[in-house]
Amino acid sequence: MTGYVFEMVQGVLALLLAPGLAGFVRWVKARLQNRRGAPPWQPYFELRKLFGKEVIVSSNASWLFRFAPYVIFASAIAVTLLVPLIAAPLPFDGMGDLLMVVYLLLLGTFFLALAGLDVGTAFGGMGASREMTVAAIAEPTIALAIFGLALGAGSTNLGRIVTQTLANPAVAVSPGRLLAFAALFIVTLAETGRLPVDNPATHLELTMIHEAMILEYSGRYLALIEWGAWLKLTIFFTLLANLFVPWGVATTFDPAALALAVASLIVKLAVLGVIIAVVETRVAKLRLFRVPELLGVSFVLALLAVTSSFLLK
Amino acid sequence: MMTVLFLVMIAAYGFGACVALLGGAGLDRARLVAAGAATGAGAGLALGAVVIASGQPFALLIPELLPIAGGLALRLDPLGAFFLIVIGAGAIPAAIYGAGYSKAYEDGHASLRLLGVMFNLFLLAMSLVTLADNVFTFLLMWEGMSLTSYFLVITESSEDSTLRSGNWYAAMTHAGLALLLAAFVLLMNGGTGAFSDLRAGAVTLSPEVRNLIFVLALFGFGSKAGIVPLHVWLPRAHPAAPSHVSALMSGVMIKLGVYGLLRVALDLLGGGPTWWGALVLGLGAVSALFGVLYALMEHDLKRLLAYHSVENIGIIFIGLGAGLIFHSSGLMTLAVLGFIGGLYHTINHASFKGLLFLGAGSVLHATGTRNMEEMGGLIKRMPWTALFFLIGSAAISALPPLNGFASEWLVFQSLLGGLALPMPEIALAIPIAVGMLALTSGLAAACFVKAFGISFLALPRSREAEHAHESPLSMRVGMAILALACVALGLAPFAVVPMLGGVLAGLGGLPDTRPVFTLDLSVQAPAGFAQISPAWIGVGLFVLLALVPLVMRLARANRKLRVGDTWGCGRIGQTARMEYTATSFAEPLRRVFAELYRPAKELTIDFHPESKYFVQSIEYKSEIMPLFERVLYDPLLRLVRRVSRQVRRVQAGSVHLYLMYIAVILILLLVAARWF
Amino acid sequence: MPALFRKILQTGLVTEPLGPAEAEIVQLVAQVDRQAQRLLGRALAIREVDAGSCNGCEIEITGLTGPVYDSERFGIQFVASPRHADLLLVTGPVTRNMEVPLRKTYEATPDPKLVVAVGDCAQTCGVFRGSYAVIGSVDKVIPVDVFVPGCPPEPADILRGILAALDRVSAQRA
Repeated sequence: MTGYVFEMVQGVLALLLAPGLAGFVRWVKARLQNRRGAPPWQPYFELRKLFGKEVIVSSNASWLFRFAPYVIFASAIAVTLLVPLIAAPLPFDGMGDLLMVVYLLLLGTFFLALAGLDVGTAFGGMGASREMTVAAIAEPTIALAIFGLALGAGSTNLGRIVTQTLANPAVAVSPGRLLAFAALFIVTLAETGRLPVDNPATHLELTMIHEAMILEYSGRYLALIEWGAWLKLTIFFTLLANLFVPWGVATTFDPAALALAVASLIVKLAVLGVIIAVVETRVAKLRLFRVPELLGVSFVLALLAVTSSFLLK
Repeated sequence: MMTVLFLVMIAAYGFGACVALLGGAGLDRARLVAAGAATGAGAGLALGAVVIASGQPFALLIPELLPIAGGLALRLDPLGAFFLIVIGAGAIPAAIYGAGYSKAYEDGHASLRLLGVMFNLFLLAMSLVTLADNVFTFLLMWEGMSLTSYFLVITESSEDSTLRSGNWYAAMTHAGLALLLAAFVLLMNGGTGAFSDLRAGAVTLSPEVRNLIFVLALFGFGSKAGIVPLHVWLPRAHPAAPSHVSALMSGVMIKLGVYGLLRVALDLLGGGPTWWGALVLGLGAVSALFGVLYALMEHDLKRLLAYHSVENIGIIFIGLGAGLIFHSSGLMTLAVLGFIGGLYHTINHASFKGLLFLGAGSVLHATGTRNMEEMGGLIKRMPWTALFFLIGSAAISALPPLNGFASEWLVFQSLLGGLALPMPEIALAIPIAVGMLALTSGLAAACFVKAFGISFLALPRSREAEHAHESPLSMRVGMAILALACVALGLAPFAVVPMLGGVLAGLGGLPDTRPVFTLDLSVQAPAGFAQISPAWIGVGLFVLLALVPLVMRLARANRKLRVGDTWGCGRIGQTARMEYTATSFAEPLRRVFAELYRPAKELTIDFHPESKYFVQSIEYKSEIMPLFERVLYDPLLRLVRRVSRQVRRVQAGSVHLYLMYIAVILILLLVAARWF
Repeated sequence: MPALFRKILQTGLVTEPLGPAEAEIVQLVAQVDRQAQRLLGRALAIREVDAGSCNGCEIEITGLTGPVYDSERFGIQFVASPRHADLLLVTGPVTRNMEVPLRKTYEATPDPKLVVAVGDCAQTCGVFRGSYAVIGSVDKVIPVDVFVPGCPPEPADILRGILAALDRVSAQRA
């Protein structure tokens, strides 16, 4: 029973943390640009404002345009219930493994891309086309990184990966794990629309990927999509943090361990946020047709991860 | 019970064929034909279900028919029964759909009579392929299936392109038949040809002969299944055939290639060395990737779907290949996992590809075009078709909780088990296969965003699309059945997987693994390696989808909604010409994979005579050159043509010359008879 | 790469206080915070519309987003679509070609929304007055909440105008 309570707590925690994480990355980036910047909690204000605004729907749009934000948001929440944010293994652990997580996120991407095409603007189509291209090319890396992880832990289920790594800490620093981490990090940049793949702060339609698909959204629908995107960022960060460096994740449901788990999660997310901000300050956006090369690098890293874990087994 | 069902099946198909052939003008022929076919398919499905549920095979031997070849021997074991179920599940909706769809042929531009006869005979021949228990019966039914489907492909024979497509199909399928004949002759080894004898005799064959039989069977059945490089007939024949026939050919018939391969390689030969599995796996991975890559460049909706059949056959072969590899290493539980993945994807593909072809047929029916660039906005004009097509698109893109995900998950898990093998060459090849499979599924999602988004969303791109209408009830019912199947098969792997375990038990020494894979409402890879429960995920998504609007309402989110113009950066009007097209959607991927596609671009700009700053018209043409046509089939066709030209000299048309040929041959024969 | 980050560290924050009127603005921001929170929160999304300006105002607006003025610290961000916006920042006299786009932009912005017209031209058409290509001031086409005078106005003035618009609306609703 406690387990189910913690599932709920975890879902709510992810929902609450996600905007803060996005705001924190923005704030660090502002500081790195020698600006004061908006405070990290700015995205919460944005959400509240968007939920209070009216929605305008294009007369060309179909029901799919209005349905898509809910699918994107619901699939992201569903994933937060499978990912070990604070505790492992959770009762829902057996309902979905890493492959389920990846394909649930792809479900959201699929509907977002369709919504981009639905209104019939050139920019929407452009965003949809690019998003699906990047998502498709990132897929092999994700699958292989999952395999690299599963080889060491003997399972693709996230709870098992965490508990196995905790039981056998040497695995965490094996070359296979480190290579898989690097591969997944690059994929995280691509999947969550960060530089050098996509610029989350761009106003220039021609360079957009994610933003181009949602140009037509307003009010509560926009809020759901933005929140969903921030959740996706949080999920990928949590995967990077808790699957590769699982220390801090509670394996029992006692309050002290959970408090520690929440604290360590926030610290890990903050560290990754700083890393992303530094990367985004340092690199320029790649041309769209250079992105496959970057993802090619990540694929080779993931391939090496799997082979090295096999050879060193 | 089984005999009754069997007889009902035969009688119903026979009735459908006879009605089509003899029916007078007063009858609603399309409806009666469909009734016959659907009843027959239903009886076949029930027969298969009874065999699987009871575990008792159904057998019938009619030795009087052609006794020299062993007579007509029929026996339905669980493996055949599974494929009979696939046939039934695909045929019922297709038949119902066909009742409405073939109404369009009543104007006489195609023979409704021929279509009705061949449709029923085609289903009958396919059903009997799964029942065949000796070489004679098998090959007879196999050829019957090929011939009837050939006639179905050329239903709209008034068009030249249809006949050309039919020629490709006939040539490829008979090349395959030649390979199969050779394989079975080797396998019979002078014996009777009964499958039980072949099974017993296969052990005594030398390894070289067994290898040869396997390779012949792989390519023979592969030509029917449509693996690369034998896939060239699919994108030609599927679009040419009427849509409900395409659904059956793509959803069901090509699966019988999978059946044949399993029957020969696993059942009759009892498995083989590791490289058999590796070859199947490699062909599967290549087929999957090439299929989806060519599908992406295709803007003919039915050709696109045909290329996706190549992709999905590839995924099925990956599962089978993994199964064969484990089988050869004696890892039986993992082998079952691979085979289950392959078989599960077989029935899944039958449901979602059948659904998509029927959906494409509805679009074709409503707009008269298969070209996606002339569609658009159909979601408002054909809401039901759009919903069903969306379900099919999501299922084929392996999105949970639909059925494509369940089977791809099993295939992924079986590959993951491959790393446990003590063979480095396999263990190094498997990550590559995993990468290819993952890329395939990602690209499939991209392709179906294109297929659905360009065809059904945004503004109509042509007058025909603007005036499109929803299909009649029978067509919608056909699609609804398959859409429900996609959802049900996606949610219930916990029921399907043990069933497939039962189907495989005993084949080639596979154990009965029914209890290993499931746990409550979830599916598990062996030894608790991984576990998922699509049923609960489906429930969870449903609850969340209901919960989110509810919470938004409770939290007093603004619920106002205003309908306005599309935001177009302030331009005055929006037209369909401003929309992204299928070509532009696929452009980034075309550039990424330019090495493979070798796109040829042709840009003609017509300038104003006064100044080149004013353009009168721009024409842009771009084509891709399919690799296998270029490197394999073009040279082959050239060779055939050259040989034919030489042979033509022999055929001079002079009676004297022909008399001389006869005389020479007779003398040669007499001499030969004298000497040997 | 180390050089870049060394420079970032050495430079430190460059965001400046807003000149002599700083106290007033900070006070205004606090005030707006309290009053306008119910309406637009502390998050204001701006869509900039150039209705035909000489781009002098645009240069000043760009300055607003730079490190020195840093409008983001007040929760103000510029967005790519009027669908995302709460406030339209319109510059220049309205030219004939921009009349329809300006109106369409206004229609495309979800309620509640504000309009701030920046620069003398937006109010009086400035030197372009009487031109055949100009149809008039911004408020002839769409309702304007606040005019920011100046040719061009300084970033701080624009900021003040934006905050005044917020203030005005919250005062109306209060």
